[in-house]
Amino acid sequence: MVNLNRRQTLALGGATFLSELLLGGAIASAQASDTLTIAYNVNLPSFDPTVGPSAVNPTIQAIYRAIYDQYVGQNPDLSFAPGLLTKWGWNDDKTKAWMDVREGVVWHDGSPLTPADVVWSLERAGDPKTGNPIQFVWGGLGNYQIDGNRVTADVKQFDPTLFKWMAFLTGYILPKAYYEKVGAEGFEKKPVGAGPYMVDEYQGNAFLRLKRNEKYWGPKGAFDTVIFKFVPDGTSRVAEIESGSADVTLEIPYEEYDRLRVKPGLAGVCEPVSDIGMIFITNVEKEMLDENVRHAAIQAIDKDLIAKKLLRGYATPIATLEAPGYEAFDPSIKVPYDPELAKALLAKSGYSPEKPVRFKIQTTRGFKPKDYEMIQAIVGMWRKVGIDAEIEVYEIAKHYELRAGHKLDPMAFYNWGNAIGDPSTSTGFAMFSPSPHSAWKSKDLDDMIGPLWGEKDEAKRIAGWKAVDKYIAEKGYVIPLVQYSQPIVYKASLKVTPNATGALQPTLVAKA
Amino acid sequence: MTAVAAQRLIMAAVTLLGVAIIVFVLLRVVPGDPIAMMISPGATPADIAALRAHYGLDTSLPAQFFVWLKDILHGDFGTSISLHRNVLGIMAERLPATLELAFASLVFAALLGGAVAVFGTLVSDWTAAPLIDTVNGLFLAVPDFIWAFALVLLFGVFLPVLPLSGRIDPGLDERFVTPFYLLESLATLRFAAAADVLRHMVMPMLALGLPLASIITRVLKESLREAMVQDYVLLARLKGLSRLRLVLQEALRNAVAPTLALTGVQFTFLIGGTVIVERIFAYPGIGNMAVDAVINRDLPLIQGLTLVFGALFVVVNMIVDLLVVATNPRLRNG
Repeated sequence: MVNLNRRQTLALGGATFLSELLLGGAIASAQASDTLTIAYNVNLPSFDPTVGPSAVNPTIQAIYRAIYDQYVGQNPDLSFAPGLLTKWGWNDDKTKAWMDVREGVVWHDGSPLTPADVVWSLERAGDPKTGNPIQFVWGGLGNYQIDGNRVTADVKQFDPTLFKWMAFLTGYILPKAYYEKVGAEGFEKKPVGAGPYMVDEYQGNAFLRLKRNEKYWGPKGAFDTVIFKFVPDGTSRVAEIESGSADVTLEIPYEEYDRLRVKPGLAGVCEPVSDIGMIFITNVEKEMLDENVRHAAIQAIDKDLIAKKLLRGYATPIATLEAPGYEAFDPSIKVPYDPELAKALLAKSGYSPEKPVRFKIQTTRGFKPKDYEMIQAIVGMWRKVGIDAEIEVYEIAKHYELRAGHKLDPMAFYNWGNAIGDPSTSTGFAMFSPSPHSAWKSKDLDDMIGPLWGEKDEAKRIAGWKAVDKYIAEKGYVIPLVQYSQPIVYKASLKVTPNATGALQPTLVAKA
Repeated sequence: MTAVAAQRLIMAAVTLLGVAIIVFVLLRVVPGDPIAMMISPGATPADIAALRAHYGLDTSLPAQFFVWLKDILHGDFGTSISLHRNVLGIMAERLPATLELAFASLVFAALLGGAVAVFGTLVSDWTAAPLIDTVNGLFLAVPDFIWAFALVLLFGVFLPVLPLSGRIDPGLDERFVTPFYLLESLATLRFAAAADVLRHMVMPMLALGLPLASIITRVLKESLREAMVQDYVLLARLKGLSRLRLVLQEALRNAVAPTLALTGVQFTFLIGGTVIVERIFAYPGIGNMAVDAVINRDLPLIQGLTLVFGALFVVVNMIVDLLVVATNPRLRNG
């Protein structure tokens, strides 16, 4: 054994310090390739996927899906697959729901996942006292019974989308015994799930380090360690991938995507996701009650030009709130670009480029790619036909408050995500009067939408939503713009499967 | 001196109460209801009311304020809406990161600014001397966030020798007992960990410290210039002291007081600058957390953080005031 005196110890320490300070970068970049580092665009505020604002933040779901399993799984193309439930369904008259719980699943702490965990998670989610924002869905079931691995429940209020929600926001199973033992704060400090990765280390606003769950029931992750670096600034994410500090990043400006994807050693993929850009129309001011004005505003927008030029081809123009890939997408509904028709419609209401109709339009700036620039372009197109719109920039938090109070300006830009692709979660919530997220509130539409919420015949339900979308397009109650594509840049040594939900799950990244 | 300290303490309490009232009222007046951000599409008015009650936002503004104030006086800052954790606990975890960064930036700025000022005074009769003021003016004009982006490009992309984000390499399996990573790793002789923490700190420290360094340079250089023509310096020069000793031993001692006062004020701005700089470098301090808190309209967390920022400003100013008094015999005895 070598004995060092104090001076030698300090000298050795100093040498270590200096060598680490100077060479640390080189050492870090030579780390084992069994670690996947993702420069992620949002911070993870909370580990509870069922409570609070983060529970309804679609971007965070990629992390939740790595740690927890959902009742029902979802494939990258939005189709559904067995998750912790292997089978599920309704009885014939839809008064009962049943679910078969997967056997042999263990939590990260080694304890077995049981049907009691499923029942507890559903009851907790449906309890208004827990603050689950999607409580209105989970509260539709009650009086749970367990028989072997089958759970049955009485249907208090039939919701045809219930099992789809089981693959969506707050549809996660948490460990009953562990949660009750450690409580909410204890769970935040040491979360336990049953997903493909386990929490190893977490530093809020900095990183989350996950380790592969070797006992996972499904296909195991390709990497032993996954690191989510929380880098909300887009420029910094570009630097992370360009410098090699991260292996994958996403949601960077399209210009940077085009530059980086052709760089040696890097690759990219930019596929459509379930996120659309749209303009809400609020039926309060008289200008918006004029059908000619609404239709003129719609006809005057060249969505193809916006998608091709402004969004560099990484967007798909849409005519309804149902994007391609959604269940009620109907390609036969078309809203052509026709500025001459727009002029004619405005002339019928006494407006022209010389005597334009005036109203305000609100938009975020930088919340979504090119949001403000898109509205600027649209306002320019409108000006040519006789619409003079004044742009007001606001924060997304203000949008939510104004929308909930039905106080948005006559038109307001927004992006709407719909990761389960169901029409009720796009057209339904965006256009049904009682929904706090709707801006156009009218009885004619409510009369069409109302019966669809509880429609038990699925084919009839989807046909009904298509009819609603067609009617909305004919009446001009909303302006759908584009379906976004999500830019992902990654090291060429990797293979990334794009996910239509937009969730960059670590299990979708593999070694090439 | 004691009377000055007591007076400052009373003023500090009044200032913090004022900050608390203003922040509380402003947060509830400006648009951005936290509940509106959480409302699910299918929520009924009853669901919304239940959610509002769940977060204690269903009572009148004065009632909410007095409940909050009473709780704070009992050490309870409430529970964060977005983080689901006790606000005081979260702030205690994150504040040390910001403090280490801010003090490192201050030390860096003081050393660099002081060195440039002394060097500028020593070479004031050179032909190229005005170049120092020109370059310093350039540094002064560039705000901290521009430095941050420039540093990201320089040391992150073109010459990738420094880490771009975080406080420590996520791949390192280092465990810390306290949230003071740099101090703890140095105190426990874990030099590799200390070096990694320091490497992560370099770029945000430069971004925060460079503008402050240029301010220190400007003020100290001007003070030194004035001091160098004072009688006591001329006398020392006649005694044959070298120019370096004249500056360091004679002029600097008297020139440092105004610089100290200004540095104190500027240090509070530097702490404010951590909000954007920590965000750019994904540095996990209270500045970065404040941005998320605002985005999520996390009222208890915003209120807690604002009080912490307010307290930091008050404490720094108080310390500076006391230091100025302590270093100035005329103020001390008057």
